[in-house]
Amino acid sequence: MALAKFLGRKVAWTLVVFFVALLLNFLLPRIIPGNPVDAIVGGLARGGGTGGEQLEQIHQHYMQEFGLDKPLWQQFFIYIGNLLQGDLGTSFGSYPASVGSLISQALPWSLAIQLPAILIGWIVGNLLGALAAFKGGWLDRGAFIGSLFLSSVPPFALAIILLFVVGAQLGLLPIGGAYSFGLTPEFSLAFFGDAITYFWLPFWSLVLVFIGGQAVGMRSMAIYELGSDYVNYNRGLGVKEGHTIRYIFRNAMLPQFTGLALSIAAIVTGGLIVELVFSYPGLGTLLFSAIGTNDYPLISAITLLITIAVLIANLAADVLTGVIDPRIRAAETGER
Amino acid sequence: MSLRGLSLRFWVAATLVAFVFLVALVGPLIVSTNPDATVGGLYEEPQCCGALILGADNEGQSVISNLVYGTRTSLIVGIIAGLIGTAIGLLVGLVAGYRGGWVDDVLSAIVNVGLAIPVIVIVILVSVSLPQRNLYTLALVIGFTGWFWVARAVRAQSSSIRTREHIDVAKLSGAGFWSILRRDVLPYLLSYVVMAGILQISSAILFESTLSMLGLGASGTTSLGTMLYWAIQWGSVRTGAWWAFIPPTLMLTLIVFSFLLLQSSLNEVFNPRLRRGRAARKKAAKEGTELETPIEGDDAGPVGSGGFLETPVSAGQDR
Repeated sequence: MALAKFLGRKVAWTLVVFFVALLLNFLLPRIIPGNPVDAIVGGLARGGGTGGEQLEQIHQHYMQEFGLDKPLWQQFFIYIGNLLQGDLGTSFGSYPASVGSLISQALPWSLAIQLPAILIGWIVGNLLGALAAFKGGWLDRGAFIGSLFLSSVPPFALAIILLFVVGAQLGLLPIGGAYSFGLTPEFSLAFFGDAITYFWLPFWSLVLVFIGGQAVGMRSMAIYELGSDYVNYNRGLGVKEGHTIRYIFRNAMLPQFTGLALSIAAIVTGGLIVELVFSYPGLGTLLFSAIGTNDYPLISAITLLITIAVLIANLAADVLTGVIDPRIRAAETGER
Repeated sequence: MSLRGLSLRFWVAATLVAFVFLVALVGPLIVSTNPDATVGGLYEEPQCCGALILGADNEGQSVISNLVYGTRTSLIVGIIAGLIGTAIGLLVGLVAGYRGGWVDDVLSAIVNVGLAIPVIVIVILVSVSLPQRNLYTLALVIGFTGWFWVARAVRAQSSSIRTREHIDVAKLSGAGFWSILRRDVLPYLLSYVVMAGILQISSAILFESTLSMLGLGASGTTSLGTMLYWAIQWGSVRTGAWWAFIPPTLMLTLIVFSFLLLQSSLNEVFNPRLRRGRAARKKAAKEGTELETPIEGDDAGPVGSGGFLETPVSAGQDR
């Protein structure tokens, strides 16, 4: 039952981290002098456009919603209780709308960009990196410098350049939003055909950078394997190249799984800004407008969501590594 | 290590980094225009010679002047944040790895939790709550949240050094805890720490621009990120005012690329196994000395500090 034990440990660990994240999400804004409501209402008052009576009302509403007149530990339970009921609070920027509804509108767009980008980028990047390491020569040189360059271009920089060259100058693809004006999101071929043209630019800006990063990592890994004893031994025995390459690839692959887990936070962050550049209606754009209007409940809900997404992705990658590599399972459960 | 041993890639990287620093240090002296002064119209086109050589931005300010001051700001934030992050990570990693026992358990647990929570989340939460944001608070926030992977990597290495014989000798000769750390453990990690520091700086620069683009940048200071923030806000990409966003984009890319290239070329210097090509192998054979193998840890390798960088610092650390 080593596998079950391994899974149990991983899940328990994820829950612990999630709890800490919850605590931070709750505490960080509260340890700063002054309470968040005062800050929000103060910000609104400075911005103007909201009357004194309205401000008073909003202030009271939020004091009550956060339970800010109660001691800290009680506030925490109120916070957890609201979360458990799926109540993320009321948005401040677009006042009567609930945070939950705003997020559920934005989330599918973010997922549509990020999930395919992560999967395709990871597979293509690893193949490219391995190929560069084995073939060597000009392919290695070209692929390595190219990948290194791509991986060190900030995704938003690539997004801006793509937007300018392909979108604005050449006019090949639309430059902002997620679908043409006048359409409503629905499951139809016509809508899909329209939305996909808006999808390409943000998708490519994210996936190219990710391919670069993965290829650089895989290349180093594979070169490291190429110099190891079993490869030399196989050569001495006259084992076929293809056979050895398969060993190398499998060994070099393992750290890449861990690498995937660790880079998910980075790619999610990158994706947020890329959305912003294309005003793609996902979480990044929502976060941007929330920060612009000091919409505190919305900001904290989005950060919590990002944390959850990254934790789940990490857990998946960890479990996958453990399933593939028995050594990791054994080491984790203390059998080795 | 002689200077001739350094690869072409190192020299290219060093030249690019030097160029960036030159722009940041000397640029503001040459471009005497005040970055906050209005010198032209809304998105006035570039024209030869003078403050408007790269045109004007949405407020009619000189882009070239904003660019050189912005580069300086980005470097200041990056260097402060990078140094803080590396220093904390180094300290925590050294103590945890060398001391072992419950100290290690506690510190490692903290580091693992810190690694699992996306840095951007913590940075956003803190910056949103700060009453005011300037250059230095931003650098502090980024520095204090980005040290976790340095700590993990350093811990893995220092705990493997702990069992070496020269440590026993140092203990027997009566050296204290901190003295052993400084004189007998640290030197083995130094090359690694230098590389980690370079990565930290470049990812801190990216982080600053990310935050600025989200609207959480330092107020009252121009940085490359805030330039992009305004360019996007005012739709300069759509109107075709390329001079407002291409220069800061290219500058950021250049900064990050040159730092990463520098790091990876140093990696090849410190970690000979990564060297490719006949020349390198021949040279190693001629020197006839077995270069020290990199210390192997059980760490998965630093993968950016939660920024956008996914380049493992050293392949040797991953197995």
